[in-house]
Amino acid sequence: MKLTLVTGLTGLLLLGTIVELLRRRQLREKYGMLWLAVLVVVIPLSLFPRLLDNVAELLGVASGVSLVLFLGIVFLLLVCVHLSWEVSALEEETRTLAEDFALLRAEIDADRAARDELVSTDG
Amino acid sequence: MVNGKRTLIIIPALNESGSIADVVGEVRGELPGVDVLVVDDGSTDRTAAVAAAAGAKVAKLPYNLGVGGAMRLGYRYARDHDYDVAIQIDADGQHDPRYVPKLVDLLDDNDLVIGARFAGEGDYMVRGPRRWAMVMLSAVLSRVAHTKLTDTTSGFRAANRRVIEMFATWYPAEYLGDTVETLVHTARRGYRIRQVPVAMRKRMAGTPSHSPARAMIYLGRAFAVLTLALIRR
Ligand SMILES: Nc1nc2c(ncn2[C@@H]2O[C@H](COP(=O)(O)OP(=O)(O)OP(=O)(O)O)[C@@H](O)[C@H]2O)c(=O)[nH]1
Ligand SMILES: [Mg+2]
Repeated sequence: MKLTLVTGLTGLLLLGTIVELLRRRQLREKYGMLWLAVLVVVIPLSLFPRLLDNVAELLGVASGVSLVLFLGIVFLLLVCVHLSWEVSALEEETRTLAEDFALLRAEIDADRAARDELVSTDG
Repeated sequence: MVNGKRTLIIIPALNESGSIADVVGEVRGELPGVDVLVVDDGSTDRTAAVAAAAGAKVAKLPYNLGVGGAMRLGYRYARDHDYDVAIQIDADGQHDPRYVPKLVDLLDDNDLVIGARFAGEGDYMVRGPRRWAMVMLSAVLSRVAHTKLTDTTSGFRAANRRVIEMFATWYPAEYLGDTVETLVHTARRGYRIRQVPVAMRKRMAGTPSHSPARAMIYLGRAFAVLTLALIRR
């Protein structure tokens, strides 16, 4: 009973945090939706940890709790992979931005040099 | 100038080289004296070059930001160049620029005017989950905005200075955020929104962004975006 209280409260706390972050626009929609979906699974499980016992038996896992741990780790790994992927995309984008910026600067410098040239030959 | 107001037409475009020249040409023909800004959102075809040749100003984004990202750039341009009115038009030729003066007229008493299909004019039809999504969005957003809205995802809208100012600093880049969330946000801040019936035409070239298979996902996302927009401040 005590355990259920601890896990249940943790789940609700997480839910509150995510909803508040979304409300304040600190989380992009796609990440917010991901975490909300996770909580929809986690909160019932935190209140009734035995929920997965039947599925666990079917898969040959000794108890529902170990199944949850296993799935949790797999899920966290997937999230890490996803974040690495996002960071890679971001790095590619900043690279493109830096190139654009350098090209613009080169063009402006060339323009300015050409104008200075014109002024000095005129004068 | 449209009705004495300095007007900027903003056209977000992604790989629309087949239609963009005609769209820009038609806008400039129908509305002499307006400026046209095409925001090329990382197209891989010749959209930017074709648009420039047709007489539009072109802002080329280095990579795809989505319609919302392109539109914030457009509104920033409108704000920085002191336009009275900014009007978003699709690059596929579905919006008829002859409705623009009507939209601008209504901006006298409103802050954001939407050119809406399904409001009596034209014969544009949508079926299945996409239609349910539109019905749900219309019902909820009409209540939020205190006005009848039948086409909440329309990409044909006119904004006055106050709204340009707001959109230049705040415009969501998320999918559906550019239409649904901006409406909630605008209405909540007390701006007046109105819709005008417009006839919608078939796209001139290129491929539509929505396949029927995605309709169901669209419904789910529309629901999620709407819920989020309503709880957000
Ligand atoms: N900036 C930008 N514009 C886009 C993007 N995707 C589509 N667009 C433009 O947004 C406008 C509307 O896109 P469409 O694909 O016609 O979408 P729609 O009108 O809602 O749907 P259809 O009924 O299929 O025409 C067009 O001008 C497109 O070029 C994008 O990723 N970035
Ligand atoms: Mg279209």
